[in-house]
Amino acid sequence: MLIKIPRASDCKEHEVTDEKLYHQRRAFMTHAVPTLAAALVAPSLLLSACNKSSNASASNTNAATDDALTPYEDVTTYNNFYEFGTDKSDPARLAANFKTQAWTLRVEGAVKNSGVYTLEDLIAKHPPQERIYRLRCVEAWSMVIPWMGIPLGDLIKQLEPLSSARFIQFETLNDASQMPGLNTSVLRWPYVEGLRMDEALHPLTLLATGLYGKSLLGQNGAPIRLVVPWKYGFKSIKSIVAMRFLPEQPVTAWNQNAPREYGFYANVNPNVDHPRWSQKKERRIGEFQKRETRLFNGYDEVASLYSGMDLKTYF
Amino acid sequence: MPTFNALKIVCFIACCAPLFWLGTQAFYHQLGANPIETVIHFSGLWALRLLLITLTVTPLRIVFDWQQPLQIRRMLGLFSFFYATLHVLAYVVLDQYFAWPDIFADIIKRPYITLGLSAWILLVPLAITSTHKMIGRLGWQRWQRLHQLIYIIAVAALLHYALLIKAGWGQAWPYIAVFALLMAVRIKKFSGQ
Repeated sequence: MLIKIPRASDCKEHEVTDEKLYHQRRAFMTHAVPTLAAALVAPSLLLSACNKSSNASASNTNAATDDALTPYEDVTTYNNFYEFGTDKSDPARLAANFKTQAWTLRVEGAVKNSGVYTLEDLIAKHPPQERIYRLRCVEAWSMVIPWMGIPLGDLIKQLEPLSSARFIQFETLNDASQMPGLNTSVLRWPYVEGLRMDEALHPLTLLATGLYGKSLLGQNGAPIRLVVPWKYGFKSIKSIVAMRFLPEQPVTAWNQNAPREYGFYANVNPNVDHPRWSQKKERRIGEFQKRETRLFNGYDEVASLYSGMDLKTYF
Repeated sequence: MPTFNALKIVCFIACCAPLFWLGTQAFYHQLGANPIETVIHFSGLWALRLLLITLTVTPLRIVFDWQQPLQIRRMLGLFSFFYATLHVLAYVVLDQYFAWPDIFADIIKRPYITLGLSAWILLVPLAITSTHKMIGRLGWQRWQRLHQLIYIIAVAALLHYALLIKAGWGQAWPYIAVFALLMAVRIKKFSGQ
């Protein structure tokens, strides 16, 4: 069991920048500025050069040039985070002073190294990596975001789950004093999500702590959130305070709210419509023409996780 | 000869205000990360609001014996139709960009679109027959009966809105509540006769 009880006299560990992290951040920043500049220019070029023919079809290749980065301004002002309200502009407005100091995570369940960890301790051994991922919301809009984070699989291996652990559940902060939306019952709180263990261990699955070279803002799920790029965005749970290793498939917030509309797997799939709207196309934020939605959001490498599984039944 | 009075002028300017605001926001690129969605939601909300305001005229006469609002009811109704038309155009042009197969599929397969389009289609004959001349041509009784379609239109519009909210009925509740209240006043008055 690893429980840290900080004394008042202790220096705050998060105030000291790990040297390895510091050097990597410098390297990242030299790449981030030109990337940011290109991202600001590229979407407007896209809009003006957009082929307005209704026969335009999206390229099927995974070419990076097809996926311009979504501008930072959009990524941080257009958010679904119902703990702060149901309007897209609510989280940016109300999460301005979101406190992430002395953030702790509880690790529970069928796992050897359970306990309460500070965020710094939990991810100390894992240098952050940049990952540029598409994020597709179930509402049929999408973004391309340069995340910074660590592979969830690396952290799971460090925590040493027992063989009985077949699923992992995550929980979001449930602090009504900072999150006014918690006083409404639009969803059941705290927000919970989960993955099958093989999905959690997949190299694509990321625990993100930053984007565009900066630490996550409150509206993006500070200080640590999940990013599962081949699933609808509601699976990428924000502001994580607990990780639970479980033998059975866990409850998840949107599935609990509307089981016919939001499944546990929630893999991006143009062939399985939401009961009330189509999933065949999506609005890439910043673009005029809608795009064709791709199975698994274009991340074909996860298809093997679901071979033999009826994706209409297990949606 | 159209009659212009202060009430009508003020009403006209007030009804144009949302459009003017939207235009300004668009000009300064202040429509947010998803401007097409902003335009669609904004025009739809104002169509619904003006529809409910139009439905307030009769209750005001029933409860407070106010006759003046009757002078602007036609203008309010036509502005509701105006914003509803903007809303439909934004969907066809901006959201779908004339992708007719996708639009037809939406109309057939998505109840909230079926309801929304039906509400707009039913508004058309009401808009066309809004003039004094038309009241004369139809005769007051037939005109009244035709314009009672507004209740079906309102229900269709409210359902259209409620069906596109992701979780529960949240944002649609105030509009549903107002409509219920306005109908309650009418029902109470006409059941008493």
